[in-house]
Amino acid sequence: MLLECDRISRRFGGVHAVAEIDLAIAPGQVFGLIGPNGAGKTTLVNLISGHLRVDSGAIRFAGADVTRLAPHALTARGIARTFQGVRLFKGLTVLENVLVGRHARMRSDVIRRLWPGGASDRTDREQARQFLERLGLGRPQALAGELAYGDQRRLEIARALASEPRLLILDEPAAGMNPSESARLRELMRGLVAEGLTIVLIEHDVRLVMGTCERVAVLNFGRKIAEGTPAEIQTSPVVREAYLGTEEVA
Amino acid sequence: MDAIADFFRVYQTTIGVIGINALLALSVWVTLYAGQLTLGNAAFMAVGAYGSALLGMRIGVPFPLGLTIGALLSAALALPLGLAVFRLRGVYLAIATIGFGEVVRVVLLTLPFTGKALGLNGIPPITELWHIYLSLAVVAYVLWRVQGSTVGRAWAAIREDEIAAASQGIAIRRYKLAAFVAGAVVAGWAGGLSAHLNFSIEPGDFGFTRAVQILVFAVVGGTPSVAGPIFGATLLTALPEVLRPLKEYRDIFAGLILMGVIIYLPRGLVTLAELRKTRRLQEIGAADVA
Repeated sequence: MLLECDRISRRFGGVHAVAEIDLAIAPGQVFGLIGPNGAGKTTLVNLISGHLRVDSGAIRFAGADVTRLAPHALTARGIARTFQGVRLFKGLTVLENVLVGRHARMRSDVIRRLWPGGASDRTDREQARQFLERLGLGRPQALAGELAYGDQRRLEIARALASEPRLLILDEPAAGMNPSESARLRELMRGLVAEGLTIVLIEHDVRLVMGTCERVAVLNFGRKIAEGTPAEIQTSPVVREAYLGTEEVA
Repeated sequence: MDAIADFFRVYQTTIGVIGINALLALSVWVTLYAGQLTLGNAAFMAVGAYGSALLGMRIGVPFPLGLTIGALLSAALALPLGLAVFRLRGVYLAIATIGFGEVVRVVLLTLPFTGKALGLNGIPPITELWHIYLSLAVVAYVLWRVQGSTVGRAWAAIREDEIAAASQGIAIRRYKLAAFVAGAVVAGWAGGLSAHLNFSIEPGDFGFTRAVQILVFAVVGGTPSVAGPIFGATLLTALPEVLRPLKEYRDIFAGLILMGVIIYLPRGLVTLAELRKTRRLQEIGAADVA
């Protein structure tokens, strides 16, 4: 297993945002995470990426215990993510955003740079451009904040890929994308998985989830209520109940 | 040539103060560039000023060594302070650093060897203009090079979005601390130069007013580039001299100019040039697509 969550929990005040969730994600697949609003999907992602600490439980990544690691350390180990609602460096250029994404894979050049012409980041810029090309993004010198929303989403994915992750967590990547963009996203995910990347996909677009994921976990009120193949999930009465509510009258 | 020589003789002090203020403005620029609003640099300046002056006057430490020790003392204070306050953000961080400034001021008023409220008098005026401007050139060059490095990019990323920056593998705390300590070193060095430019120093020179003044230099000049703080410090230090013919209305006009800059160029005076550059870059970007 690439990522294992062992009964992890996180409370906010009296609310169990994430309660005793077990997850085991095998390498080289797209793993879907779905659930109604407020089910705890984003909290779970924040726990895995280190932005929040678990109250209890353990997280293992590639065999090592990473429960207490900070986000930057997890990035160095190979976990990259995007954010719900996009968090780009809006005042930086498109290319700079991707270069920052390579931070964990770059050696500090601050000392070499003190000598005139001492350091060239040409190779890093070239690699950054390749990530932009892969996502079909032009205008490397435009400010990230000036891009259209769909382009910002793709730039965020390019930035995440730039850290050369083993696990990529996409938090609602298709939100704000039109059908053709969403179809291209699906193609991209298939390509990445074929290259050996593992993807955790949090998504509301059920068609996207069912069409790309090998396995899907369903959260509700902070608990995992179901896990299985897309076909199993679609026919699960528990899941149906979570989404549509309990049947009042038989 | 005589006219130039006369100009330098008359305005020697102002020219020196401009250079020192530019160094101070750069010292706060480092933290601003990393998105941290700190107001402790007047206190770090005081540490450098008192440190180097006392070392020189009491123990006879040579000037360059005294300056260096003064700057290192600032760094030694900045390190634990930064560790303590960098869990704070925005205005809370600013207030915490103001508090630190007040502590330093009161300590200088109380210690037995700092001359208390009278301060230190009879500091040998060793600082030459070339000392100041060589320091300024070195600091500006180094910061300019750092800005384009992995460290500068990490600072900019932290400024833009701290949470996203952490996700790119940037050790937030470490980079913030580096910016803070670097700023303290520059402020401490500038303090030492300034102490030996004037005959005397007193705790009141390094109070809250000074801290705000340093910040205003950097913000009015503009934080996008290293040129901004230098420009801002030069303009605002020279302005009272330039406006001298206005006599008692001088401060009113200086205030109005300040307001005008902040209202119409909120990212600072250098953005006048930056605006054109951005537009040009956008054209290049558009060409890339085509």
